[in-house]
Amino acid sequence: MTISIDPQKTNNESLQPKGWLRYFSFSLDHKVIGIQYLVCGFLFYLIGGTLASAIRIELASPMSDFMPRDVYNQVLTLHGTIMIFLWIVPVVNGAFGNYLIPFYVGARDMAFPRLNAVAFWLIPPSGLMLVASYFVEGAAQAGWTAYPPLSITTPQSGQIIWILSVLLLGGSSIFGGINFIATIIKLRRPGLKLMQLPMYCWAMLGTSLLVVLSTPVLAGTLILLSFDIIANTGFFNPVLGGNVVVYQHLFWFYSHPAVYIMVLPAFGLVSEILPVHARKPLFGYTTMVFSIMGIVVLGLVVWAHHMFTSGTPPWMRLFFTIATAFIAVPTGIKFFNWVATLWGGKISINSAMLFSCGFIINFVFGGITGVALAQVPFDIHVHDTYFVVAHFHYIVYGGTVFIIFSSIYHWFPKVTGKMLNEKLGILHFIITFIGFNLCFAPQHWLGLNGMPRRVAEYDPQFQFVNQISSLGALLMAVSTIPFLINVFLSVRNGKDSGDNPWNALTPEWLTSSPPPVENWEGEAPLVEEPYGYGKEISERK
Amino acid sequence: MLNKNIYLILIISLVFAISFWIGFNVNLLPAEASINAPIYDELFKILFIIGLIIFIGMTIAVIYSLFKFRKRNDQIGDGIALEGNLSLEIVWTIIPSIIVLLIGLYSYNIYDRMGGMKELNHNHEMMSSNSEKIWAGISQTSDNEIAINNLSIEVSAMQFAFLFNYPKGNFISGELHVPVDQKVSMKMESKDVIHAFWVPEFRIKQDIIPGQPTILNFTPTKVGKYPIICAELCGPYHGGMRASIIVEEESDYNEWFNKNKKPEVNL
Repeated sequence: MTISIDPQKTNNESLQPKGWLRYFSFSLDHKVIGIQYLVCGFLFYLIGGTLASAIRIELASPMSDFMPRDVYNQVLTLHGTIMIFLWIVPVVNGAFGNYLIPFYVGARDMAFPRLNAVAFWLIPPSGLMLVASYFVEGAAQAGWTAYPPLSITTPQSGQIIWILSVLLLGGSSIFGGINFIATIIKLRRPGLKLMQLPMYCWAMLGTSLLVVLSTPVLAGTLILLSFDIIANTGFFNPVLGGNVVVYQHLFWFYSHPAVYIMVLPAFGLVSEILPVHARKPLFGYTTMVFSIMGIVVLGLVVWAHHMFTSGTPPWMRLFFTIATAFIAVPTGIKFFNWVATLWGGKISINSAMLFSCGFIINFVFGGITGVALAQVPFDIHVHDTYFVVAHFHYIVYGGTVFIIFSSIYHWFPKVTGKMLNEKLGILHFIITFIGFNLCFAPQHWLGLNGMPRRVAEYDPQFQFVNQISSLGALLMAVSTIPFLINVFLSVRNGKDSGDNPWNALTPEWLTSSPPPVENWEGEAPLVEEPYGYGKEISERK
Repeated sequence: MLNKNIYLILIISLVFAISFWIGFNVNLLPAEASINAPIYDELFKILFIIGLIIFIGMTIAVIYSLFKFRKRNDQIGDGIALEGNLSLEIVWTIIPSIIVLLIGLYSYNIYDRMGGMKELNHNHEMMSSNSEKIWAGISQTSDNEIAINNLSIEVSAMQFAFLFNYPKGNFISGELHVPVDQKVSMKMESKDVIHAFWVPEFRIKQDIIPGQPTILNFTPTKVGKYPIICAELCGPYHGGMRASIIVEEESDYNEWFNKNKKPEVNL
């Protein structure tokens, strides 16, 4: 079937295992690697979710009674680290990026297939190492931010394994970023212009720029931190004359852009999903591209808004307030454009559409609390409280995770050739949406009224609201069940989807489902209007 | 067409009315017990109302679109081939920019009224003679006042307690006692890891950092007992790291102060 002209590549292909075994191999096929990222990420999501459930069980009562206090700190550290570095970042970048980008640019694979496989295979060992550190001397317990001097004074082995694991994951992320930039810029099929690319390519280009610019700073910082821990250097250790606030600057120089590394790809994915199910062109393509790039530039100069209560001078607080608040403008443009995309469409109400609309509603809420948090005087009261916890879960769960589910419902037929069950999908959406809002909306009130984050015990007056939140978390855990049943049933006995069940116009649908090894039987099609719904190009189908 | 516009105007005014009603009638904040608190609550109210208008408006737009433009069973084909509308896009770029800018300027004004924009390095040199670098907390005092009639307290934080040193009385207390309506000026330093000093009823928070003293000034306005909460993860007992601040009438405070006061010891 392969019509590759590269003999070396063909040789390699013949050595690759076939069938489901290829997902456990060092495959060079971007589609296999994409699914490897997705399934691996989902397994870590289940682990991270179990840890989240443990946190909510502990917080169902005001006393610290479910687990020892130091274990609680390990659990919250692992929960944050796993959800960010092993679930959201690898899935929205690695999984969907690998699967979709070569289709979108009209290529047969990524620019560097071996680097691509290496980037994926760094993830399972570093993730397992991180989880296993619990059994050594206890896992890291200084939070996912690992602020010194706490990270220097807590048990060392857990913290060092945490650093090694995050370094490997950061390396994986940088390899992926370089690969995406090279693929989007250099592997476009002849005749395909940049401004004709589907929006997810632009989102991944912006994200990869952020990855390549900011992740090395995190790596350098963590290496210095590890020197402080194992070699008694004094970069961040105040006892030896180090400066703890410098660590925070360096850490957030990566970790604020990391928010956009988690969110921009989701913006790209939703821009692919909405036009298909609303049967309308993406509204305002050019402004969407510019707002992505605006977010990239602004995203690099707002990090100190995480440090308004640290030792930052007043002028710096003011600059970061204004810069942060202005991110709301390009972000707002995107949300208005998505609503305008829905407006006047012929909308199919299905699981993919519902999760995308849930994303819009949740993210708008999280964005509004974000603009409020950007204001120094506002932030000074709620910094490091449950208000912040609620805010960022609205962004990363209500935003990105909703889009991950939306994307799974949308692209499942592409990957498997089978449809997911819509009734189970809608049930999944309803339980997730209610559970999520029940869990996190009340936490805003908790933060405003005096409950700090990362605590195992709290004032009894907060018990009732915490129990509502825990009930929401229970619903979120339950919501995974219909989803898993749906996936397993559909993989085995799902309805055949045909090649293009949604009548979509983006290039990945213009080949068979599932696609052949090198994506197209013949030449890659030239898709000049990926969103040409309502036009002649769409009528022809 | 006219009918449609009337409905639109009606809905928009309804969204505004609901948002303002909620903004003025739903209180999400704890009691106000310092000069900062009412200023903070003013900002909160404004942000809350603007946020509600945007959130309710967007939610209605999404749900309305899903309902109104849903595909009926007998329908085939696509929606309208509308790819953009430049003037509309300019409107929804400029209006949010103006709103964001106004919020920024307003919060600058709030911050200034809280005393956040004053340089603090100078103050500290008057407070104590050595010239170590002080990082900015919130200051509400002008340069001269701080040295003359402020109550100055030295706070040290450690795993997992706060200690309050009253230099004038030469004693250390585990509870922070302050007289009502008087400016309090605190110099804070941590003995081990980063902690934070937070009093929700005062709407103030400042990290307490090892190796770098921070200062925090406030003026309590209401007699009572309020929690002091550590807000920065500091170890296993972080959740239990609490103290109390007792705001009392000046006479009660003086009584407490004189009871604890120790004579200066000259060695």
